[in-house]
Amino acid sequence: MARKSGAASGNSLSAQRKRAAFWFLVPMLSALIFVAAWPLLRTIYFSFTDTSLTSLYDGRWIGFDNYLSYRELSSGRVIWKGTLVDPAWWNAVWNTVRFTFISVAFETVLGLMVALVLHQNFKGRGWVRAAILIPWAIPTIVSARMWGWMLNDQFGIINDMLLSVGLIDRKIAWTATADTAMYAVLAVDIWKTTPFMALLCLAGLQMIPRDIYEAAKVDGVHPIKVFWKVTLPLIRPALMVAIIFRSLDALRIFDLVYVLTPNSQATKTMSVIARENLFDFDKFAYGSAQSTLLFALIAIFVSAYIWLGKVDLGGNADR
Amino acid sequence: MKKHLQNVGFWCVVALIVIVSVFPFYYAVITSFKTGTSLFEVDYFITSFDLANYAQVMENKKFLRSIFNSVLIAGATVGFAMFLAVTASYALARVHFRGRSLLLMSILAVSMFPQIAVLAGLFELIRFLGIYNTPWAMILSYTIFTLPFTVWVLTTFMRDLPIEIEEAAIIDGATPWNIITQVFLPLMWPALVTTGLLAFIGAWNEFLFALTFTASEEQRTVPVAIALLSGSTEFETPWGALMAASVIVTVPLIILVLIFQQKIVSGLTAGGVKG
Amino acid sequence: MAQIKLTDVRKSFGAVEVIKGVDLDIRIGEFMVFVGPSGCGKSTLLRLISGLEEITSGDLEFDGERVNDLIPSKRGIAMVFQSYALYPHMSVFENMAFGMKLAKSSQDEMKDRVTAAAEMLQIDHLLDRKPKQLSGGQRQRVAIGRAIVRDPRVFLFDEPLSNLDAALRVATRLEIAKLHHDMNDVTMVYVTHDQVEAMTLADRICVLRDGVVEQVGTPEELYDSPNSVFVAGFIGSPKMNLLTGSFAEGEGCETLGIRAEHIDICPPEDGRWTGPVMHTENLGSDHFLFVDIGTDEPLIVRQPGKQKIAMGETLGLLPQASMLHRFDGGGRAISGA
Repeated sequence: MARKSGAASGNSLSAQRKRAAFWFLVPMLSALIFVAAWPLLRTIYFSFTDTSLTSLYDGRWIGFDNYLSYRELSSGRVIWKGTLVDPAWWNAVWNTVRFTFISVAFETVLGLMVALVLHQNFKGRGWVRAAILIPWAIPTIVSARMWGWMLNDQFGIINDMLLSVGLIDRKIAWTATADTAMYAVLAVDIWKTTPFMALLCLAGLQMIPRDIYEAAKVDGVHPIKVFWKVTLPLIRPALMVAIIFRSLDALRIFDLVYVLTPNSQATKTMSVIARENLFDFDKFAYGSAQSTLLFALIAIFVSAYIWLGKVDLGGNADR
Repeated sequence: MKKHLQNVGFWCVVALIVIVSVFPFYYAVITSFKTGTSLFEVDYFITSFDLANYAQVMENKKFLRSIFNSVLIAGATVGFAMFLAVTASYALARVHFRGRSLLLMSILAVSMFPQIAVLAGLFELIRFLGIYNTPWAMILSYTIFTLPFTVWVLTTFMRDLPIEIEEAAIIDGATPWNIITQVFLPLMWPALVTTGLLAFIGAWNEFLFALTFTASEEQRTVPVAIALLSGSTEFETPWGALMAASVIVTVPLIILVLIFQQKIVSGLTAGGVKG
Repeated sequence: MAQIKLTDVRKSFGAVEVIKGVDLDIRIGEFMVFVGPSGCGKSTLLRLISGLEEITSGDLEFDGERVNDLIPSKRGIAMVFQSYALYPHMSVFENMAFGMKLAKSSQDEMKDRVTAAAEMLQIDHLLDRKPKQLSGGQRQRVAIGRAIVRDPRVFLFDEPLSNLDAALRVATRLEIAKLHHDMNDVTMVYVTHDQVEAMTLADRICVLRDGVVEQVGTPEELYDSPNSVFVAGFIGSPKMNLLTGSFAEGEGCETLGIRAEHIDICPPEDGRWTGPVMHTENLGSDHFLFVDIGTDEPLIVRQPGKQKIAMGETLGLLPQASMLHRFDGGGRAISGA
């Protein structure tokens, strides 16, 4: 008598909703497969061929040669070839990692500081918050050019400021000199992205109930101790998410470096060198291999972060 | 006394934050009002008010064309993404089915893609479709970041809508399509505006795809036009005109951001914190 | 207009079974109240009837037709939610007409039905307002009006009064009772955790506990002859006195129940139980005396009138023998007592 009903029946509410959900998702997923998954697979495929820019369909399968290969000369000497033994590539890897680490570290600390300031109640807070949104709103390319002008060696205002304060004794070509180019890129990136960090931190701070602070105040706990023992642990989850988003952004940086310090070995990142090989040097397959490596690096980074993060979150009782 | 010093220190920090945030833009504005040799003198305050640079930029047909391209591309990309994202995010936020969280994570993963990783494959696809050096190349390729972003943010917004309103609509005989179009969309328009604006800014600012998939000056978007605007030597870089152009494309964004301040912050945190 | 029949209805969320085999008949035009402590499954059972939740196994029939797989709007039901669940962006008129609009009814018919319902609830002057311009009580009327416009054969209420303040709750309760009277052929199912609401509104009450029906009956039946300790303790205010240990053994049961109004006061030497008064509560029309006779909780005795009894005074108590409730070790009533 009691027939089994459920997912098998086609007329119930949940069946109707699941059917609708399927058709709602199909267009979006097909679009993503078309513009993301398929091109990614093609890039990976190209990295195992000798395809060139001019003849996209004439590539032959050459296995891992773009990554690493060796040839033994008749003299017995072994010659290694491929991205993995290319000093220019490793230079780019080093630049990218260095850039990511330093910029995210500074942005996190500065962002947290700005957020703490904005979390105070003071007159004109809305205006200050609006002001810090400006760097974020300016397109990266535009800010690269603005800063390029400010950092100009002959007429730049930065040199003028530093000279008049006495911090330097002659004008410096910030973006063109190998020693300082990375500092220039870091400065602009930190300037542009700290607001984003500050807003995320501020959102985290605003979720902390006020009475926790009041309780600490009544107990006479020193503000610095309150920060380390109360504030930081409570906004840690929000902070961790913000850091991963920023790190992923920093690892793939292209536009700022490309425009602010063109052709500088000191700042060339993985994205820049890969694009250069793909389109400027007609080493399409080689560039594809480098793109694939960057993708793999980011994938590993994300998995590790999620994995470590989960282990960590498990320890938090309140999660 | 100590309290007083603390106060002064606090206001110094606030002033520093504001000055550092605003100064580069302020300096670009000052520069854009200068012409001739006065460009090469460092000034901290406005010394001249010459609109010649703006006139020069506005007379430049190619630059105006770039602005048109950017508006068209960003608008079309966002419209397309929102159209697909609204229904998809309803499914992701409101319907229980197996593999839902896996799907959400994959969509988030796509938004974290390094764009360079799809560049070669997209180039092939765009060549194959015959849309290289047309706005369609950008409209297609920008979907890769606008679509996951809009889906993700709208899903978090839609999840917060009260369940009983939806159930009341179900009892009233509303299909999922009715619920989206007649109940949820009218309730969500602030979220839609925010999401659309953020996606628009993202598309407006994009550089790598626009640089790679355009060849002629007429097809360039604003960032590419500004990046490649230069004289034959460094001394010939038209700094005044360049800064004027920068100000022109930035001011609308700043105004929008200031108007939608509150909403943008909630949109950013929906995309970020709740991830 | 509908007779509802549930046969061995079960509902599981994942591995957890929330409704564990419910058999129930709800008659045409009956006002049935589901009552029970939170987590007993009463709301889930209502949602199974509405179709918002899918039945895992068993049968649900409306007028003999199996409706397990019918979507809610095809079942001929209307539902009033705890949070009102009005559409915030629509006017009162649009809120009430939304279902008809989806069903593509004509403008005239829509207008007639909405106006009629609005007049019945005296909200016809509010039709152009938005929900946020209304008070809580008005919102609840609109929610009820929206349900009336659907012209349902079954009316479902999910704790409709719990968001209202105490005074408004009583007024709206009367309103709902009147509604039931006016629409006497519409079956109504009402969920509440408040046994006073259940007692005052119901034709019959269904007491639920842990996903199982404890007892179904008219308010009087449940009050006069509860078939378990649980129902005895749940229905009635103040709670029925429940005695265990030596008090119960004397009556040949595990638990002995007696209501406050079924205990007479006598001189200490004549009492079956004796003890000092610990506390008294004066409700105006009558008193409640809390008497310590050596049980865990004090015995509550109802005293009509204004007769003064001082605290600490020792009383003798005599339960009315015919009003004793006897329950066995499993908490079931011992019949024929």
